Amino acid sequence: MGSRFGRWIADRWVMGVALLVLGYLFLPIAVVIGLSFNRPSARNTYDFNEFTLDNWRNPCATSDMCDAVVRSAQIGFIATVVSTVLGTLMAFALVRHRFRGRAAINMLIFLPMATPELVMGTSLLSLFVAAQVPLGFWTIVIAHVMFCVSFVVVTVKARLAGMDRRLEEAAMDLYASEWQTFRRITLPLVLPGIVAAALLAFSLSFDDFIITNFNSATTVTFPMWVWGAAGRSIPPQVNVIGTAMFAIALLLVGASSLRGRRARRAALAVPVAAGRPAKRLS
Amino acid sequence: MRTMGHEAPAGDLRLANLTKKFGVFTAVDDLSLTIPQGSFFALLGASGCGKTTTLRMIAGLEEPTSGQVLLGDRDIARLRPYKRPVNTVFQSYALFPHLDITENVAFGLRRRGIRKVAEQVDRMLALVQLEGYGPRRPAQLSGGQQQRVALARALINHPQVLLLDEPLGALDLKLRRQMQIELKRIQTEVGITFVHVTHDQEEAMTMADTVAVMNAGKIEQLGAPADIYEFPATAFVANFLGQSNLLAGEASGTSGRDVLVSAHGGRFSVPAARARLARGPVFLGVRPEKLHLVATAAAVPAGHQHVGGVVTDASYVGVSTQYLVKTAWGSELSAFSANSGLGGQLPVGTPVVAHWDPRHAFLLPREPGEDDRTTPLLDEPVGVLP
Amino acid sequence: MTALAHVPTGSGQSASPPAPRRGRHRLLPYLLLLPGAAWLLIFFAVPLVQLAAASLYDPSGSVTTGYAMTGAVGNYPAALQEYWPQLVRSFVYTGIALVLALLMGYPLAYGIAQKAGRWKNLLLVSVVAPMFTSFLVRTLAWKTILSDNGWLVGLLRDVHLLGPDGRLLATAGAVVLGLTYNFLPFLVLPLYASLERLDPRMLEAASDLYASPLRAFQKVTLPLSMPGLVAGTLLFFIPASGDYINAELLGTPRDNMIGNVIDSAFLVKLNYPQGAALSFLLMAAILAVVFVYLRKAGTEEVL
Repeated sequence: MGSRFGRWIADRWVMGVALLVLGYLFLPIAVVIGLSFNRPSARNTYDFNEFTLDNWRNPCATSDMCDAVVRSAQIGFIATVVSTVLGTLMAFALVRHRFRGRAAINMLIFLPMATPELVMGTSLLSLFVAAQVPLGFWTIVIAHVMFCVSFVVVTVKARLAGMDRRLEEAAMDLYASEWQTFRRITLPLVLPGIVAAALLAFSLSFDDFIITNFNSATTVTFPMWVWGAAGRSIPPQVNVIGTAMFAIALLLVGASSLRGRRARRAALAVPVAAGRPAKRLS
Repeated sequence: MRTMGHEAPAGDLRLANLTKKFGVFTAVDDLSLTIPQGSFFALLGASGCGKTTTLRMIAGLEEPTSGQVLLGDRDIARLRPYKRPVNTVFQSYALFPHLDITENVAFGLRRRGIRKVAEQVDRMLALVQLEGYGPRRPAQLSGGQQQRVALARALINHPQVLLLDEPLGALDLKLRRQMQIELKRIQTEVGITFVHVTHDQEEAMTMADTVAVMNAGKIEQLGAPADIYEFPATAFVANFLGQSNLLAGEASGTSGRDVLVSAHGGRFSVPAARARLARGPVFLGVRPEKLHLVATAAAVPAGHQHVGGVVTDASYVGVSTQYLVKTAWGSELSAFSANSGLGGQLPVGTPVVAHWDPRHAFLLPREPGEDDRTTPLLDEPVGVLP
Repeated sequence: MTALAHVPTGSGQSASPPAPRRGRHRLLPYLLLLPGAAWLLIFFAVPLVQLAAASLYDPSGSVTTGYAMTGAVGNYPAALQEYWPQLVRSFVYTGIALVLALLMGYPLAYGIAQKAGRWKNLLLVSVVAPMFTSFLVRTLAWKTILSDNGWLVGLLRDVHLLGPDGRLLATAGAVVLGLTYNFLPFLVLPLYASLERLDPRMLEAASDLYASPLRAFQKVTLPLSMPGLVAGTLLFFIPASGDYINAELLGTPRDNMIGNVIDSAFLVKLNYPQGAALSFLLMAAILAVVFVYLRKAGTEEVL
């Protein structure tokens, strides 16, 4: 008996610890969601007081917060488009072409991911100050594109490297010109990687604080607004935004995995419905 | 419906002095051959012999270093792949994973601007016996089914030449046999020139009208499968296509209609028609199934030639028993004995006499100093089903 | 027919391939790389040079009056002398957080990779999901959880793990906890990737060959997960040691890390030479730690 119980424990303790750690990871998320439905008492914004939907009805009660959210979304959108285009082009060059200076380019792509944000933020600030570039919306965009490009390259590169070159050869063999091959075969197959890279870039940009903080002057993004408010008092609407971000991201992930599964099932069902099993050889 | 094959000038596929170098490595070396229109042609060789490179040059996926690929009297060697009336069935198929079977098969038609594809696609899927599979994705098909889709996707374009790159390599043995028969049937039905690249000698022999055995970028021998098997041109072919017992000897010229050979102290003869040369260092070759074992020299039939030895190994493989016989000079000959129920098994250690009809032997050139090549190089005997 | 209509006949042009195709192919990769590489050069590499220059400015200048480039190497020892406690503290906090993260992250990655079965993908998404909300909002949630009148402090006081005036918020422990929390997923993901490739039959083989579970872990699992472990550790260590959000929101000025100092040097005191010198000191320290670590771990190829 004892040894059987010991075995049971041995088989499951890892999963037990794993679930506890997951609980730790989700604890703050639960608090954020909870606080988004909380009516704070006058004195203390952190304490659970009373359930309310007011925060969700008026997420923009503090209007400058919503301005900051919109600004973050705008910056995120521009930075995502630019960095996705630049990074995808680089990924194609790296996977598909031989050229001199590959090691240097790889280094240039790798280093921004290995450099502390603080160093990137301060160095960009000293450049902008030295070049007398006024800080604001566009310096933030420039900075965000800079740190997103590397992540886009890595993500698209992985997808591209996993792609079978023979598929393109087969397309060319089947009368598709270079452009048609790219349009009909390469692009659709790499697209999931590009989309993933774009989503990653957007979330990196939307959530960036440190680099933005050094290069924004008076332009306020959402993380910067929260930073400023943390010194005073946090309106519960911050948690509404936090919860909404969480929900949207979760929906995106859920929808993409569901779509994949449904496509597979639908395709399986058709031949059965047609009721025509393959004929045997005669 | 207008199709490519019908408009292009008909003709044979000719490779003229085709050469491909990768840096200092010569993959294909001054290759010239003619593949008649409508034939089933197999390029047979071990991996790395240049057969796939040759195929890719015909398809346009590799640019020749020099030489020509002629279709009829047009050189297509420098055309982009999509400008050639040639289609390929790729190794492991290269089906487009994001398109369903219908769109995979219709791909070539659509690229050439043909809108109404449904009827042709259905006809093609019927030809490869995959009716109703159109809406599926490639990943939902078995290996054999994917192979048929790859075939349909190429054939629907009515190419002048269909290239098949190890098309059955990914299938298991039973399915491979079945697809061999089916490919042959389809080729007969559509009448398109098939160029089939394979390392499987049995596959090449069952399917092709003409086989070219390639080695190190060159063609060692070209001909009908039976001709190559019965009378190989080189020691490489003799051992790549099936197994051979090759005894090192010296030919001393013709006497009447025979070439005289001395080997390992014995004197032998081979009909002049089965000798690649009449004088100098030679291999005297006998296929294992043409080598018969008897107990004493007295039992050797008249006209047969023989050597003595001792059975050192006997492997029972069902349809036959494979023997190794060690000769007095130390070489091991292999002999297959059909398991026909006549005669019993010979145990290891039995002294035997191995004999053959000289009309089944052949003489091949040999590098001076090269010894017997009698140890089987392949596990599976040709023509004897295991 | 279109495909064949413009096929040239004859074989006259076989001597050399068409030139434009070759030429375009040689230039194409550079054209593809140009915009991205230029962006990284101008906005990543050049700024580092500018930062290096700024760290050598005459410290008596100011942003408004301008700085003189005097090659003031003395900025470095001066900055180090003033702020070495914060620099050391950054690495001590990050080090403790890293150990905690390894203790939590390894079982989590291993559990998902090897034991989760069909829940694998769901659990993997769960590891990333907390990062879907804003970093700052998450950290503020910890502020709520750890607050003096929160349930956690109440509970700990009730069971006397915390004195009646004991606090969680505004302590070094809170900062370390925040660092552990915020960078844990960066550690888990690469670790998961290498543990996922681990064939469970290897562990069966190990136990068949007389290895106890502990031995099997030590001799098979751990060495095989080394690339993921090294990559995960670096992905945790580099951002965590430069972070100052946790120290600011969950700690007190006594818990300030080097990031807080650099932030205020650039944005509050407007002392660029000092901030730049501290940035380079931080980067040098990180590079030194990473280099020594990679040497020890013996897997340079991860990078």
